[in-house]
Amino acid sequence: MANRILAVLIGAAVMGIGAQASAGTLEDVKAKGFLQCGVNANLSGFGSQDSSGQFAGLDIDLCKAVAAAVFGDATKVKFTPLSAKDRFPALQSGEIDMLARNTTWTASRDSQLGFDFRAVNYYDGQGFMVRKELNVKSALELSGAAVCVQTGTTTELNLADYFKSHNLQYNPVVFEKQEEVDAAYNAGRCDVYTTDQSGLYSIRLSLSNPDDHVILPEIISKEPLGPAVRQGDSKWFDVVSFSHYAMVAAEEFGITQANVEEMKKSPNPDIKRFLGEEQGSTIGADFGLSKDWAVNIIKAVGNYGEAFERNVGQGSPLKIKRGLNALWNQGGLQYAPPIR
Amino acid sequence: MASADARDGDGRRASLLYDPSVRAYAYQALTVLVVGWLIWQAWSNAAENLARANMTAGFGFLSGRAGFDLGQALMAYSSDSTFARALTVGLLNTLLVGVLGIITATIVGLLIGIGRLSKNWLIARLCTIYVELFRNIPPLLVIFFWYKGVLSILPDFRAIRAGVEQAKAADPSVGDPLFIISNRGISFPAPIFQPGFGAVWIALAAAVLGAIGFTLWANKVQAATGKRPPALLVSVALIVLLPLAVFFAAGQPIAFDYPVLGRFNLSGGGLISPEFLSLYLALSLYTASFIAEIVRAGIRGVPSGQFEACSALGVRSDRAMRLVILPQAMRIIIPPLTSQYLNLIKNSSLAVAAGYPDLVQVGNTILNQSGRAIEVIAIWMIVYVTISLVTSVFMNWFNARMALRER
Repeated sequence: MANRILAVLIGAAVMGIGAQASAGTLEDVKAKGFLQCGVNANLSGFGSQDSSGQFAGLDIDLCKAVAAAVFGDATKVKFTPLSAKDRFPALQSGEIDMLARNTTWTASRDSQLGFDFRAVNYYDGQGFMVRKELNVKSALELSGAAVCVQTGTTTELNLADYFKSHNLQYNPVVFEKQEEVDAAYNAGRCDVYTTDQSGLYSIRLSLSNPDDHVILPEIISKEPLGPAVRQGDSKWFDVVSFSHYAMVAAEEFGITQANVEEMKKSPNPDIKRFLGEEQGSTIGADFGLSKDWAVNIIKAVGNYGEAFERNVGQGSPLKIKRGLNALWNQGGLQYAPPIR
Repeated sequence: MASADARDGDGRRASLLYDPSVRAYAYQALTVLVVGWLIWQAWSNAAENLARANMTAGFGFLSGRAGFDLGQALMAYSSDSTFARALTVGLLNTLLVGVLGIITATIVGLLIGIGRLSKNWLIARLCTIYVELFRNIPPLLVIFFWYKGVLSILPDFRAIRAGVEQAKAADPSVGDPLFIISNRGISFPAPIFQPGFGAVWIALAAAVLGAIGFTLWANKVQAATGKRPPALLVSVALIVLLPLAVFFAAGQPIAFDYPVLGRFNLSGGGLISPEFLSLYLALSLYTASFIAEIVRAGIRGVPSGQFEACSALGVRSDRAMRLVILPQAMRIIIPPLTSQYLNLIKNSSLAVAAGYPDLVQVGNTILNQSGRAIEVIAIWMIVYVTISLVTSVFMNWFNARMALRER
């Protein structure tokens, strides 16, 4: 028994010592030759695995974009599928280099948990899904319902606040894994499924009869979803954030996966600078990246609009409209800082 | 030369290096130093890593607002309660399923264990199948089996509601059913005790004391005369009839909160959730298979001469089992039984698979919402160790009482 305790303690001590050897995440990632990205494996459109085990989705594309920026090769990324509960310890412990798992940016996660958020790759909000046969038109009619929800999410907290502030009763049915929530809702254990609205669209498609379910119009929260990194490594934070902003900027400039080589010859100085064609520009080098980092991102995953339509928009089964995720000059919130 | 200290042949004191007692102390001191150093290393490493990750540490977060709701709470709880209260609710849920599970597992295990030794071929085989089936499946799978099984077998709530609506439309005098078993759980009328009900509790306590007194007196009479007064009959009659008489005399001071079919769900009344039901059944029936084997081993461990002696004296076999074999078997059964009780309590942490809000599930949620992984895990460990040690202490006391006393 004493031996076992000793072994555990030695293990703990050695692990701690091992974790201390770290210069900066960008250098670490470059040294090990690939990016370790924490993702969702069960939310089609954002992060899911197809039948051959390949990951696809908007969050997956962000990981690929970062890999393309760092290595010039979008395949140098390994994905760690994480549950809502496991995602934060995985990032805190250094098991993953970045987290792109439809994670809401909140003040407490940014401060207390020791993460940094900046880029938002999907503006979402929490919604409700119910069976059509219940004939519910508004979330305000839901008093007395059994509500299925995943634990460890902002959803769980918004739900409690929303029902409390509207004086509605409900019975929470809580699971750790999204598959378990799906199964319970499908089995009729609860009347209502609540999560981010984009998630509801995706989950509805996976149910046995998608047309039997409706998504209610109410959006009860702001859910800016974006990549998170560990606090205190601003160099790496910049690389991750600007990988997303490069995709947004590319859309604004009209640069696509197909025309990126052609656009390098553009007379527009902004575009030339963005694509690393400006003489003496050090933007890429200042990030610790190559000169053509943005070109690599666009070649790998396209601009933000292309990635959106391919994963969650008209090119996907989800058919989600751009809405809040349109560019700022088209009525949406997607806005990239000037890249100069 | 039976002296303890080491001296060489000439009676001079040998080098300290060769003194066994000095060496023993030195080794122990070294062990303490090494263990202490390792603990300090682990602790300072954790603290340093937390500081580097810009995370705060400490148990102050427990007084923060929880913000989430729980499906089952044995004490007043809302999303405005503190994290500490949420954990307490989780702990009570763990204890509830643990205590009920232990009681059920013991009864089922005892019956199955005796059943396996039955001369009835069918009963013995059925009990064997039960034991081999449940003993050889991991508990997590048993929980999954019961949860998916319970959910899929129980009738859909909406179908029941539609049926009741139809019956009401046909005959307006029809009310809501008293008991409803559906995939939302088992609902039943919950008793509400009115002010006068205290007298019934007092009567019940008096009846139990009376029954104990009568049994002790019956034992004395039996020892003196060899004839036993009908102690069991009198005790049962006392415990049932006395509170009942007081209940009616006090004017039936009880009301019921009946379940009402709402638009979505049941409201009012008591409800046993499918999550609790599946976890409770899974833990009880899984542990019962181990207890059955322990009971069988215990009975087998009593020399067969005991049973034969009973037969020779003309004692009926059920009495022989109850009065002669089982009391002796208990001495063999209790120590391994304790381990099974501890296993059941620890396995209840698998509740998270069935969505039952036990200590681990609530802790998981807190861990997630507050990010305090180390603190929450420390609380889990302390609580489980405490529950298990208390159970052990109780079982050891029970074992000492049941042990063979030489007179």
